[in-house]
Amino acid sequence: MASGLYSQYLDKPALRYLRNGVLCLLLGLLGLVVLFPLIYMFCWSFGPNAELASSAYSIFPKVWSLDSYKGFFDFSEYSLRWILNSLIVASGTVVLNVIFAGLAGYAFAKINFKGRKWLFFLILMGMMIPYQVTQVPLYILFVNKFHMTNTYTALILPGCCTAYNIFLAKQFFGGIPTALIENAKVEGAGQLRIFCSIILPLSKTVMAVTAITTFMGNWNTFFWPFLITSDASMYTIQVGLKTFAYANGTLFSPMMAGAVISALPMFILFFALQKYFLEGVTIGAVKG
Amino acid sequence: MRKEKAPRTLAKKQFRFTAEDGTGYLFILFAMVIFAIFTVYPLVSAVITSFQKYKPVGSEWIALENYKATLKNALFWKAMRNTVIYTVITVPVSQLIAFGIAIMIMPFQKKTQTVFKAIYYIPAVASGIALSVVWQWIYSSSPSGLANQIMTFFGLPTQNWLASSKTAMLSLILMVFLSSQGQNIIIYIAALMGIDNSYFEAAEIDGANFIEKVIYIVWPLCKPTTLFLLVTGVINSFQVFVNAYMMTGGGPDNNTTMIGLLIFNNAFKYGKYGLACAQAVLLTIVIAALTALQFKLNGDDVEY
Repeated sequence: MASGLYSQYLDKPALRYLRNGVLCLLLGLLGLVVLFPLIYMFCWSFGPNAELASSAYSIFPKVWSLDSYKGFFDFSEYSLRWILNSLIVASGTVVLNVIFAGLAGYAFAKINFKGRKWLFFLILMGMMIPYQVTQVPLYILFVNKFHMTNTYTALILPGCCTAYNIFLAKQFFGGIPTALIENAKVEGAGQLRIFCSIILPLSKTVMAVTAITTFMGNWNTFFWPFLITSDASMYTIQVGLKTFAYANGTLFSPMMAGAVISALPMFILFFALQKYFLEGVTIGAVKG
Repeated sequence: MRKEKAPRTLAKKQFRFTAEDGTGYLFILFAMVIFAIFTVYPLVSAVITSFQKYKPVGSEWIALENYKATLKNALFWKAMRNTVIYTVITVPVSQLIAFGIAIMIMPFQKKTQTVFKAIYYIPAVASGIALSVVWQWIYSSSPSGLANQIMTFFGLPTQNWLASSKTAMLSLILMVFLSSQGQNIIIYIAALMGIDNSYFEAAEIDGANFIEKVIYIVWPLCKPTTLFLLVTGVINSFQVFVNAYMMTGGGPDNNTTMIGLLIFNNAFKYGKYGLACAQAVLLTIVIAALTALQFKLNGDDVEY
């Protein structure tokens, strides 16, 4: 893969290995620095479920146990429910986004309807609006008008078809040859049929990326669930962790255990589906 | 906005073009309804509320009072200043770090590249709340907090990281440097991979060394990427909330109160919805202006 940028020592393998070795070492050390807070978090989550004298904690705990995890789960009768809530909210949001942002993206890319450019421009503008502007009216809307605090609907609905996902889908579908669709039309297939049997099979990667980035975003999001839930049984894990952290500011290991619990599902997903995560970063950055 | 509901009967192919229109509207119907209710309506409502003294029933129309109060408020300007400091330091420096690391990752095989990309990306997988909880303890003011242990190791005095007005903002900035490079690195690598080898071959014929290649070929060719990261970085940085909310609560003495936290406090702590909306509208204007400015300053030769 050596790009032309690094063509210097192609004829001198020894120098090349030395150079790459030094770079590798540097990158590894930097990586360790970047990862250390997380390693620290993992290790200390196995520390004692108690307040520590300030002299008692070294870089890693001396005695390892699962007490702190127990401490976190004992804090609230709903701790497991928080994880379940996050799972429900994130999965629900993913399903709706994949279907409806996919359909809309396809229409904006490949169906010639009146006003599509104009409507798509509106969607693009929507991406630029900071969330602070919409949060107050949304909060008033859900609390005072819909009376929907502490419901899954309130947690899922505002993010169920994001402008960003529509944009992503449109970008991707725009790259599919129109001839493919025209052929199917000639053979009498309707748009929905074309979408389901021709377009979807071609778009597994972009669908997977949409699903994963949406899932991660919703699993990790804090602001909206925090506003719209007041009943501990409806907290997501992030809101639960915040509540736990505020109530137990002095319990080091249990807080780390809570952080691990909130982050672990995403880490597992990341290691299982790394390719899509990494692809998800660049796919949105392709200029449109 | 113009809302065109798609009557299902249109699909009956009375006219060819209406059938296509109908399908189109049907496909975007759900998306547009959601967009109208959860983006357009709140935006319009926020602008209206910003001219009101909000009450659940019968809000009072007070014209520009909320804006006047905001612009006269010292805390608003302090929050603005804090946000600008935070942004001006974190965004460009992060980009330089990411650019440097991306360059360093380039000579390796694809597999090795992926390993490094994954390593640097991992912190972004954890939630802001989880990271804040961890970093809060790293910045513990006791001598055995991790940050203080490192200070002691290098023979430096221990700090009261998050609770002292001298170091609180610095602590938040340091955390950004160490936990959010992954995305920028991956995007820069994608840009670097896209540079055609002929540029480097031509440069070699002219006798360019490695540094010259980076300065005269790689950096200019990465300009669209740099601009993209700069714009998104600034937009995100202006909206930052979780770090300050969790780790310092805006303190000490509002030295880390940033605009996002200020709006949150005004709305949900003090119930001043009108004032919060006015400030959010101002934030939107500032972000839009900054975005336009960056395109103008940097984008002369960048086509988007």
